[in-house]
Amino acid sequence: MAGSAAMYHAMTSLGFASESTYQGPIRLEGDPKGTSVLILGAGLAGMTAAFELRKAGYAVQVLEFNSRAGGRNWTLRGGDRFTELGGFTQTCEFEQGLYINPGPWRIPYHHRALLDYCKRLNVALEPFIQLNHNAFMHASQAFDGAPQRIRAVQADFHGQVSELLAKATKQGKLDEAVSKEDQEILLQALRSWGALDRNYHYDANLISAEFRGYGNAPGGGLAAPPSPSDPVALSDILQSRLWRYLRNFASYNFQATMFQPVGGMDMIGKAFAKQLGDVIRYNAKVTQVQQDDRGVTVSFVDTTDPATSRQATADWCLCTIPLSILSQLSVDVSTATKSAIDAVPYAAAVKVGLQFKRRFWEEDDAIYGGISYTDLPIRQIAYPNTGFNRTGRGVLLGAYLFDGANAFEFTAMSPAERVAHAVDFGAAIHPQYREEFENGVAVAWHRVPFTLGCSGDWSEEARAQHYRNLCQIDGRIVLAGEHASALPAWQEGAILSALDAITRLHGRVVRT
Amino acid sequence: MQVRRRETGLLSCRTAASVALVALLSQVAAGFAQDSSLLPDNHTFSSGYRFVELSGEELFANVCQGCHMVDAAGATGAASYPSLVGNQNLEASSYPIYLIVNGRRAMPPFGDMMSDDQIAAVVNYLRTHFGNNYQDAVTASDVKGARRINAAGTQN
Repeated sequence: MAGSAAMYHAMTSLGFASESTYQGPIRLEGDPKGTSVLILGAGLAGMTAAFELRKAGYAVQVLEFNSRAGGRNWTLRGGDRFTELGGFTQTCEFEQGLYINPGPWRIPYHHRALLDYCKRLNVALEPFIQLNHNAFMHASQAFDGAPQRIRAVQADFHGQVSELLAKATKQGKLDEAVSKEDQEILLQALRSWGALDRNYHYDANLISAEFRGYGNAPGGGLAAPPSPSDPVALSDILQSRLWRYLRNFASYNFQATMFQPVGGMDMIGKAFAKQLGDVIRYNAKVTQVQQDDRGVTVSFVDTTDPATSRQATADWCLCTIPLSILSQLSVDVSTATKSAIDAVPYAAAVKVGLQFKRRFWEEDDAIYGGISYTDLPIRQIAYPNTGFNRTGRGVLLGAYLFDGANAFEFTAMSPAERVAHAVDFGAAIHPQYREEFENGVAVAWHRVPFTLGCSGDWSEEARAQHYRNLCQIDGRIVLAGEHASALPAWQEGAILSALDAITRLHGRVVRT
Repeated sequence: MQVRRRETGLLSCRTAASVALVALLSQVAAGFAQDSSLLPDNHTFSSGYRFVELSGEELFANVCQGCHMVDAAGATGAASYPSLVGNQNLEASSYPIYLIVNGRRAMPPFGDMMSDDQIAAVVNYLRTHFGNNYQDAVTASDVKGARRINAAGTQN
């Protein structure tokens, strides 16, 4: 799940969201001489650490709260049951082969560590379509509520901004900033990029139609002649605020090429778990983490037999438990580390998957994959990036809310209410919803028992004060996970934090 | 003022949804599988980052119950959301005010998402419901004061 635009902007300005620091497969050289590491959590951070430490010669055990591996790397398919906090149980009724990823769902091309593990673990990837020019942008208070094609909005915005800039150039208003020679080139560029005519106007003609789409598209025989289409006025784009979605295709985290695993995001978690086998103990709810000079003792209960308190011991502990949970446990760490653990609230996020009788978005609207954006509380409708052009049922992501008031409001509903409202709002964009909807599932991350929230929601102040303390090795305990990274809410952050933590831990082990 | 302006946005947002609802209800005969009882037409949705709900009851129902649950009894998974039922931590009104403004551990901060009036309303609601009976109501200026203390860094 991706961070909010605001968060991403803040991250970029701090220089955090730069190129992945991944340098290829980790090499932990030197003999750990049977040193043991107890890993808490079998999400991607914990399983990356377990996989690499075991390969380097460590004795490794993993305790996992769930009865499955992966953590937030998770896919819901037909027949899956999920009980959220509060006791609401959903059984996913999707047809076989259809799914949603309630957590992470897309992988940027520059998340090199995650991509490398996919390669090493034989997880097949396919494109995730972030920008579909034929998907919609929707402003509920503009254009009489009619959704607009991304293709047209983008072309009209670029075109009319280009026209304005060309006009200013020709009027000599850029003479101080741009040399005469460059002004000539700039005019050529604006004409090319903005689809302007020879007079540097953006109008309804076949030049703009090549960008924004045609009235009548080019055809064959007697139906051949194409006709132009009418641009949306710049003022309407500005007033509708549709321009604010254009950044979703421009920013570094969302540029092409993006990927998704074939068959569901949990293919990655499953591939790790297959490597680790019985190294992972499932249904283990950690209650206490203690340490002394010689090692760590972790108390836990088996959730299938909660009356008995059990203990696991090791020389070291790598703890990937989300801070929303860890902050509530008794953990033997320094005051500085404890303050860091307590300093990070968790973001609200909600996803709703909806199954329809047919893929009307493809059949009726020619939308093959990608995302429509709206100012309605559902925020997004994301179409499946697989199974294109098939007849029969389809599942789309009918809502994806991240932070902000609506994410909390959807969390506060029952799953059935979330689905009902997602269908209600979505029908404003796709009226076919009313005829074609069959069933849905909804996951609100604050109600997810194994995370109590979506992801670490660092404030700049908290990060400045606590981040280094959170990542430091504290005696014999070190933390890892997306919350211990500069890529919050991304799987790459979880993996990079684990690799960084075990590199430092290994350094200590082989030095002593 | 902020809240009032956003309320306008809320109402128009609801209008759009209500139109959809009417259209939707007309489809029920056609076999549309929506349960209309799940779509009360007075459900409030905010239109921006901040909440538009004004009453303590509605703020609890649309925000707090996400974690503390409908009956305020909390919930337990790998860790817990505390029960607010008959909760003695609510006796000192400054405590819930502080928590809502600043958050704590798993509890997100809502200081930037709710006005002083909204926080006072929800604190008063919590302190007089769910087995709590504290009659010393708080005011918006109590919340404002709490924000000032926090900003000055003299607390926590």
